[in-house]
Amino acid sequence: MLEYEFMRNAFVAGSAVAIVGGAVGFFLVLRNLIFASHALSHVGFAGAAGAILLGISALWGLLAFTLAAGIAMGLLGERLRGRDVAVGIVLSLALGLGVLFLYLNTAGPTQATAILFGNVLGVSLEAAWALVGLSVVSLVALGFVSRPLLFATLAPELAEAKGAPLRLVSVLFLAIVAIAVAEAAQVVGVLLVFVLMVAPAATSLRLTARIGPGLALAVFLALADTWIGIALAYVTDWPTTFWIVVVSCLFYFVSAIKRTTRSTGG
Amino acid sequence: MSANAVEFDRVTLARGGRIVLSDVSAAIRPGEFIGVFGPNGAGKTTLLHAILGLLRPTAGEVRVFGAKPARGNRDAGYLPQQRASVAGLRLRGWDFVASAVRGERWGIALPGRDGALEVDRAMAMVEAAALADRPLCELSGGEVQRLFLAQALLGRPKLLLLDEPLVSLDPHFQQTIVALVKRIQHNEGMTVLFTAHELNPLLDSMDRVLYLGQGHAALGAVDEVITTEVLSALYGTPIDVLRVKDRIVVVSGQGLIEAEAHRHDA
Repeated sequence: MLEYEFMRNAFVAGSAVAIVGGAVGFFLVLRNLIFASHALSHVGFAGAAGAILLGISALWGLLAFTLAAGIAMGLLGERLRGRDVAVGIVLSLALGLGVLFLYLNTAGPTQATAILFGNVLGVSLEAAWALVGLSVVSLVALGFVSRPLLFATLAPELAEAKGAPLRLVSVLFLAIVAIAVAEAAQVVGVLLVFVLMVAPAATSLRLTARIGPGLALAVFLALADTWIGIALAYVTDWPTTFWIVVVSCLFYFVSAIKRTTRSTGG
Repeated sequence: MSANAVEFDRVTLARGGRIVLSDVSAAIRPGEFIGVFGPNGAGKTTLLHAILGLLRPTAGEVRVFGAKPARGNRDAGYLPQQRASVAGLRLRGWDFVASAVRGERWGIALPGRDGALEVDRAMAMVEAAALADRPLCELSGGEVQRLFLAQALLGRPKLLLLDEPLVSLDPHFQQTIVALVKRIQHNEGMTVLFTAHELNPLLDSMDRVLYLGQGHAALGAVDEVITTEVLSALYGTPIDVLRVKDRIVVVSGQGLIEAEAHRHDA
């Protein structure tokens, strides 16, 4: 199947996205910020639709909107806690705007489906390399913040007393999450970002209690989900996103069963 | 140059516009074990925050080993009261403690060889080596408390600030933690400020008492401070101090203030 360029592009793009999704998702789950990936992807929908309306790549629209929203979330920080209604209103507004942009564009349902559910087999060579570049940037940034990020996540009060820049760490991390969400939306769509960012990390944390191996396993699972998903889509001609979701959920269920049997078994 | 570990010179501390402590002077000598008591809102945590450099006095001067308090002071180890809800995480104890090793610096979240040795040392000091491989979600409150204490001991601080380490522990675990802190303080020659709600668990261990109330503070031996006169002035209502065997019972007009007594008869 690798003789086709669109398949090679899909594997390159999918791998770049999976590595970032798994790694960023690991910290996202530890930090209990799962909702952030949801919120950012909803905002990204408006960005993607707007970009298509302007005739530029959906990726850049996604990125602009998720980054702006991620940085805003980081700056607002604690003030967002308990403001579920306000956050929900802003997200609804973003989705509403996206609908308007799609209508004005008269692009038809194909574009909308690609934004909502992804279309990794339609990624161009150029777009694949853009994703690789974004992945490198976000992984380097994640490495740079990972130490204070972990400290601020697990022991925030002590981190503050020790002089860790909590606010800056939070803003940088949410900016990295924003890039990861924009990338993941290219593969599985804005509605299913969860599957590449949260499911592998959550599965990994059920299988190991160590940070290093846990991070590596989350990345490996995200890669496995993506590769198996793309391969199965090629064989069956069913949507890639469907297969990625199935494989990722399967891994999660297996890990859940494994843990349950282990804990009941003594 | 001051020979004191911590010095308050006519210090006024305010939080959210409200004066919590006013015109407080106290000097704590190196190697002392100080029990810090007072009703809720009397300023125990505020006092520790001032020593850590998290809160600047509105008047007067705080000195820690002769220097102005500053965030990131390596001489000060801290066990905060608002402890993050890490208890549900499936993350092993060793990795949790290690997240605090120089966690305020940017970079990859790896403790390094020296850091790993430091984590081992701190965990051995709190007799928590057996918790290294166990996930936090499977530990008891007392066991998690030991891990927080291990984090506070990283980097061999000369001053240990413990904010309500006995809260939500049952009497047996309270005694274990107090004895552990006393042993560490004795072996390492540390200065300890230990805030608590109840006097009796600390009676054997502390050298002096710092009692806060109504914006004022009284520092001295137990027999000098825990008296009807001093406590009545600090609470602003008539207080009776009763001694029952080796225990102290503090009673106000409204009822018992310091009734819990868990000392085993020697």
